[in-house]
Amino acid sequence: MGKLKKISGPVVTAELMSGSQINEVVTVGKEKLMGEIISLKGADAAIQVYEDTTGLKPGEPVESTGNSLSVELGPGLLSGVFDGIQRPLSVLSESGSFIQRGVSINSLDRKKKWDFLPIMKAGASVSAGDVIGTVKEFDVEHRIMVPAKVIGKIDEIKSGKFTIEDTIATIKDKSGKTVKIAMLQRWPVRIPRPVKEKRRIELPLLTGTRIIDTFFPLAKGGASAIPGPFGSGKTVAQTSLAKFCNAKIIVYIGCGERGNEMTEVLTEFPKLTDPHSGKPLMNRTVLIANTSNMPVAAREASIYTGITIAEYYRDMGYDVALMADSTSRWAEAMREISGRMEEMPGEEGYPAYLTRKLAEFYERTGRTTCLSTNGDRIGSVTAVGAVSPAGGDISEPVSQGTLRVTKVFWALDAALARRRHYPAINWLKSYSLYHDDLEQWYDENVAEDFYDLKNRAMQLLQKESELQNIVQLIGPDALPDKERLVLEATKMIREDFLQQNAYDSIDAQSTLTKQYHMLKTILHFYDKAAAALSLEMPFDVIVNAPEKQRISQMKRVVEADVEKTCKTITAEIDARFQHKG
Amino acid sequence: MAMREYQTVSEIFGPIVYVEGVGDAAYGETVEITLPSGEKKKGQVLETSKNMAAVQIFGNTQGLDTKTTSVRFTGETLRLNVSDEMLGRVFNGLGEPIDGGPSIISKEKIDIQGAAINPYSRAELHDFIQTGISTIDTTNTLVRGQKLPIFSASGLPHNELAVQIARQATVKGKSGGSEKENFVVIFAAMGITNAEASFFMRDFEKTGALERSVLFLNLANDPSIERLITPRMALTTAEYLAFERDMQVLVILTDMTNYCDSLREIAAARQEVPGRRGYPGYMYTDLANIYERAGAIKGKKGTVTQLPILSMPEEDITHPIPDLTGYITEGQIVLSRDLYRKGIYPCIDVLPSLSRLMSLGIGGDKTRDDHSGVSSQLYASYAEGRDLRNLVAVVGEEALTERDKKFLHFADAFEKQFVSQGKYENRTIEQSLDLGWELLAGIPEGELKRVKSEHIEKYGRKFRK
Repeated sequence: MGKLKKISGPVVTAELMSGSQINEVVTVGKEKLMGEIISLKGADAAIQVYEDTTGLKPGEPVESTGNSLSVELGPGLLSGVFDGIQRPLSVLSESGSFIQRGVSINSLDRKKKWDFLPIMKAGASVSAGDVIGTVKEFDVEHRIMVPAKVIGKIDEIKSGKFTIEDTIATIKDKSGKTVKIAMLQRWPVRIPRPVKEKRRIELPLLTGTRIIDTFFPLAKGGASAIPGPFGSGKTVAQTSLAKFCNAKIIVYIGCGERGNEMTEVLTEFPKLTDPHSGKPLMNRTVLIANTSNMPVAAREASIYTGITIAEYYRDMGYDVALMADSTSRWAEAMREISGRMEEMPGEEGYPAYLTRKLAEFYERTGRTTCLSTNGDRIGSVTAVGAVSPAGGDISEPVSQGTLRVTKVFWALDAALARRRHYPAINWLKSYSLYHDDLEQWYDENVAEDFYDLKNRAMQLLQKESELQNIVQLIGPDALPDKERLVLEATKMIREDFLQQNAYDSIDAQSTLTKQYHMLKTILHFYDKAAAALSLEMPFDVIVNAPEKQRISQMKRVVEADVEKTCKTITAEIDARFQHKG
Repeated sequence: MAMREYQTVSEIFGPIVYVEGVGDAAYGETVEITLPSGEKKKGQVLETSKNMAAVQIFGNTQGLDTKTTSVRFTGETLRLNVSDEMLGRVFNGLGEPIDGGPSIISKEKIDIQGAAINPYSRAELHDFIQTGISTIDTTNTLVRGQKLPIFSASGLPHNELAVQIARQATVKGKSGGSEKENFVVIFAAMGITNAEASFFMRDFEKTGALERSVLFLNLANDPSIERLITPRMALTTAEYLAFERDMQVLVILTDMTNYCDSLREIAAARQEVPGRRGYPGYMYTDLANIYERAGAIKGKKGTVTQLPILSMPEEDITHPIPDLTGYITEGQIVLSRDLYRKGIYPCIDVLPSLSRLMSLGIGGDKTRDDHSGVSSQLYASYAEGRDLRNLVAVVGEEALTERDKKFLHFADAFEKQFVSQGKYENRTIEQSLDLGWELLAGIPEGELKRVKSEHIEKYGRKFRK
């Protein structure tokens, strides 16, 4: 047992700690605050404490637990709301509205009984990762897997109702030792869970957000960064993704963000239905809420807690989407702790290992063949990391470190947000490197001309930005009609396609079919108008065509009617421009 | 506990005193320091180790020595006596009465650091606060439990705006007596001038608001380190009145820039690694510990709404203080020097301003069904008009199309009629929305893309000729 030697904010030093290991969890002080060893020097250990350290005194006891910081995995995670070190906030709230210190509670409910359905029989050979049975967790088939490093033959396997601590199976390993298997398993958060192999990226993670799915798609197993200044809509974009993306499981990490915003998520998600299953969104969601005023060390841990839970569901063979809002707060937590340890700072005071930590985190995403000897399961973890660069300037280390490892960049733009152009994703600065990986899928599942359409639309937008430079100098009237028509078309693309209202029940999400028809109709208008213009139809007539109004209403058309509506508009466009020609 | 009094001051460096041979000082513990002159000062333990405690002193360190100065460790963290009796009272930055009245005696002594509200226990916010100011109510709606800072700069009328909000704020539809009675203002001044403080005091007295207020005043000539305590005193009082006494509390914190500068002063004295512009790396966490003390709790009637004021150095919104604040608070009201120069009061620039919780407080059952549409239409039209001004500066107004000219004129009218209002002019939300429709009548109907057509008929038609 060690003793406290020095206390300075969230980092404390303890002496007489020889025999302890790096990343070992310890309890600090008489109140048994939870902490983790982050450096060792002789018998002295520097410890980051996951709770407020006010009131600690030198000489108070520090006890090792022998464990590294781990999360509890098993049925009961879904719809859970946890803090950064996986303490269930709903249980904590029973002892008061304010978070108290030194409370040690189990992450998962120990009393609840789950219906365990075995799929393996006694005598079967199993090894780590093999599914031995399932439990129904809401609508998700929660697959119970053989824990890491265990290889052997099933001795006994039960069926029926059990708590997560009950033994549901025993396995005799090669040395003849019997290993008891319960549904509850633990995994150290800082170590990635093993997989058989990483797979090629080939499926899109559809989000229902038009600018993303059409122009800057994210792939299952991929990673994207959303940097943007405050007020540019990061959180709205993140929650919108959490609501509508076609992943099976969502892990949402509120890392150092606003309490009231977490409350919004907490009140809204149980009421909303998952567009893919029709069940409450909360039933597929795990929330990690470590708000900005909760202890900074737990904020550092929250990202790892989240990704470990995501990996666990991936290992069952599911597509998991992880939203981290915001990774900048995570980086700042590292900076704060590093500063308290008086480490030599790197750029902007961040520790020199910041980029490594960012890369390690994003490398835990991917589409994988799961560890298993009984049948191939394919799962994926997709990460969407919000970045909050100081002053919105993405030349800072967190943005840069993130962009080096993520393949999708959604550039939030304060100027667009100020025009209330939401989502305020700048179409000229953003990029996705998954276009090629996903092309086949889009060809087969949306339409063969989809890539052509989106490339043409993007070229028009690019052309617009060139024309805007001229307009800024000489005014729009000075442009030739042909180019003014380009501006009309891009205005339609921007306002009637890219802009999307996250609060409108219909507009909030679009299927790719809807996106395809919308874009096609707009470009059809442009093509026909351009043809009519070359046949000397007056520009004013084109600009004032009533079909423009109809196009602007497309986003409010329900999915079922989109194709029909777009066909009608197309026909009207044909009629109008044909006629005059 | 045994007497823990030491005369072993080994070093005095800026506002920090190092005491040797203590051994059992608790982190965050308060101390009482007796100077050789007999004068007493308060302090707080910043760092503690086996043989040394670093203590920050609230107040200036003049007169301290390393020989006879005595430091007594109280065994307690910083606490504040709270009770209803605090209403109508004036305290200094450390929570000691300075109005000549008695000390607050109470069984309830609360740790001023506060604990984080469990996100799970927070209640959803939904009550629209009508401030009577068109630009706030219509386009940047404030809701109860929100934290909405005013980003200002030196010389701009943020104080006038703050008192006007404090004076006029009501919850719509329930502006009857009982609601008003439960409404209290807590005012925490950090490093503002005597003149500014008396401006607030006078206004509170004149309108009778003083008896429904609690004031914590740390003025420009008061010790700067005290400022680190002042907002926490105010918020501890606010939480008590809101969550124990069911009151609706509005907390005005001014000026947060001075608070941050004190934070920097301590960090520099401790020779910490500085972050941006010399502010410490933990400033985000520290500010969050203040700003996050706003909100509502399930099962409790009261709420804490925060209106922090900060002056942006060089009017730079990317400066660390407004920047970090903006990342924590739920929006911001930005004051503009340009509008001020045009003689417009309140000089709120709606374009960079934002209320993140707006959607929770507006709509048919709360304000009016056209609110969201009108707000976004006004905003978009004004933004377009403002952009056109830049173009006009280059090509002249004649080069604009008829349509563009209308937007240009709209922007001017919007500033002169909608943004601008009297210091005692209290507009209801209906008046503000109607005013919006009146101005939008200058824009062709086909361009009103953000309002629903049925709302144009219902509210806008009568203004369109």
